[in-house]
Amino acid sequence: MNDQEILDTFTRILRDLLLDDSIVLSMDTRRQDVSNWDSFNYINFMVAVEIEFGVKFKVADIESFENVGAIIAKTKALLG
Amino acid sequence: MRPMMSWLPVATDFRADLRTALESPDPTDCLAKLASLARYRLGHLETLQLDRALGRLTTGLGSGFTIVRLAILASSTVDHLSPAIRVAGLRRRLMIDVHIGPYGQYRQDLLDPQSSLHQFAPQLVLFSITARDTLARVPLAATIAEVDATIAQSIDELRLLWRKVRENFNATIIQQTFLDVTESLFGSYDRLVPGAPARVIKQLNDQLSKAAARDGVLLLDVARACERDGIDVWFDTASWLHGKLEIAPEAAPLCGDMIARIVAAQRGLSKKCLVFDLDNTLWGGVIGDDGLEGLVLGEGSAAGEAHLALQRYAKQLKERGVILAVCSKNDPAIAEAAFNEHPEMLLKRSDISAFVANWNDKAENLKAVAACLNIGLDSLVFVDDNPVERARIRQSLPMVAVPELPQDIAHYVRCLADAGYFEAIAFTSEDRQRADQYVANAEREALFELSGNLNDFLRSLQMSVVFGKFTTADLARVTQLFNKTNQFNTTTMRYTAEEVAIFAAAEGTVTLQFRLFDKFGDNGLVSAMILRPDPKQPELFEIDNWVMSCRVFGRELEFEAMNIAVEQARRRGGKAIRADYLPTPKNGVISKLYPSLGFSPLSNKNGSTCWILDLAKYVSRSTHISRSKDVR
Repeated sequence: MNDQEILDTFTRILRDLLLDDSIVLSMDTRRQDVSNWDSFNYINFMVAVEIEFGVKFKVADIESFENVGAIIAKTKALLG
Repeated sequence: MRPMMSWLPVATDFRADLRTALESPDPTDCLAKLASLARYRLGHLETLQLDRALGRLTTGLGSGFTIVRLAILASSTVDHLSPAIRVAGLRRRLMIDVHIGPYGQYRQDLLDPQSSLHQFAPQLVLFSITARDTLARVPLAATIAEVDATIAQSIDELRLLWRKVRENFNATIIQQTFLDVTESLFGSYDRLVPGAPARVIKQLNDQLSKAAARDGVLLLDVARACERDGIDVWFDTASWLHGKLEIAPEAAPLCGDMIARIVAAQRGLSKKCLVFDLDNTLWGGVIGDDGLEGLVLGEGSAAGEAHLALQRYAKQLKERGVILAVCSKNDPAIAEAAFNEHPEMLLKRSDISAFVANWNDKAENLKAVAACLNIGLDSLVFVDDNPVERARIRQSLPMVAVPELPQDIAHYVRCLADAGYFEAIAFTSEDRQRADQYVANAEREALFELSGNLNDFLRSLQMSVVFGKFTTADLARVTQLFNKTNQFNTTTMRYTAEEVAIFAAAEGTVTLQFRLFDKFGDNGLVSAMILRPDPKQPELFEIDNWVMSCRVFGRELEFEAMNIAVEQARRRGGKAIRADYLPTPKNGVISKLYPSLGFSPLSNKNGSTCWILDLAKYVSRSTHISRSKDVR
């Protein structure tokens, strides 16, 4: 899976979660750039990503991701 | 791993269905579509989405939906439970408004009269407290006496909070049991060390149950659920570390459903009747094809014992007051023969209150079962091994609960138990006797057919009524009657046990409960009425609500009850009784009640009618019911 494919999947997951089809994610997007993407829904998003890709993030990773690109890089690494 | 909420069917295309619902231009239609989506098996993420959609609805209350206000006082993060509670409410046509106070401030929220909790005025309060505070106060080396003292102190603190809730809100209190999320310190020896965390939590839950029973507090038993499902389902260390969630997000939908069950039970919305298919459900094989000898049932085969286990569970449910019925595509004579003649049948024909076996459509037959028992279709649970029949009933009668049964009969009982259809908030003597009362009712009907004439029939019943004001002993049953009765319910005012107790103690208020006896036995406490003097005109009494069990319809009890009510009002200087009839989809049977009792119309607003009875002109009505002393 390349970056764009993972980004598209992330976008669908977040649109579903926040029920907002106007959301557009890029590699540089930060949580505060998306309305309603609060800390509660950040955790929910991470859980959804874990289920979708069959991966498990470390507690320390989850609280240190800077932007969407960082989550994608970690996801790719976990997918091997 | 067993899926969570396995009794609910899997949605085929949740994503598309949710968007279709949201595109509906009509809010009522949208709400109906969301409610039907709520009846599917939803994970944490789908639950969040459905709840978000629900939050977007601009409409107020859909018809047939009830608003309930629930506050959660918690010592850990519980915000993730609110969507699950609202969705589980939607599943039961309840709009649960959830209030969660600021994190870690539940005591202040409760004690400060200016707090948002007080403005919210909850009808139910759920305490979700972790065991961590208590554990921190117990040193590992503590003696039994020291541990007991600390636990007693923690429980006393909780009881104080319960009392504060009572003083402020008259709300029903639900206390969550303590989850054990600790790790073993000594191995199996943990149970032998008084101060070992696992043992402390067990003791804490034991003492909590005793205190709850004493104080009339309900329990949300997540500890038991966790023992059944496993700690990995209920607790996730990462979620605790990230956000202080003691209940894992993945367990939220189940936890929300367990909470909604209690709310529903408190509103009289628990299921009442378990309806069984026969072939390959109550027994293995098809009786029409395999004959009595060919059935797989009873000791000697694993499958036969599994069917027997299902019968045993049904019998236990009957003993706690659940009505049993049969709805099967079969020849009625052949089907009944199995009950009467098969030596391994644990359920007898007399255990079944409504028996429908024919070749008609099952949806029509379920309607017949509900009509015969005088209960709503939404009180039925239908158990059928055939997925096609299940889907058909879900589609044509969405109000009937139809569990999605596992492939293997071995797991039917577990599935039924997990679904929590029959959640209780009390176990009264009426519950214990209900099954027998339904059987006696069948005998009464047989007598009616024999006598043919209504007057002869009523006289032959040799009825007598015992009445009095609400006493402490009756409180649970009276509350249950007000909340579970839907047909003979004049105003559908629902009361908590606390509110009923307040009525019973109020100066000037007349509370009346009626028990009906006849030659077949005690029908139990079957009617209750609350008469309140108008604060401005004390000689005018108002019926706050009056309910009567459908078991005793057509027995003239409403006439004798009104005779008694009039006497009581006169004794207190009453000149008139005013009464409202507020129509609901279910109480049409009493729309003409007050005129039939001699009341005159006062007003009519959209079908809600108001009536008045002049006590000076009231002549006591002659009935076939005599008055007797309390024979209990």
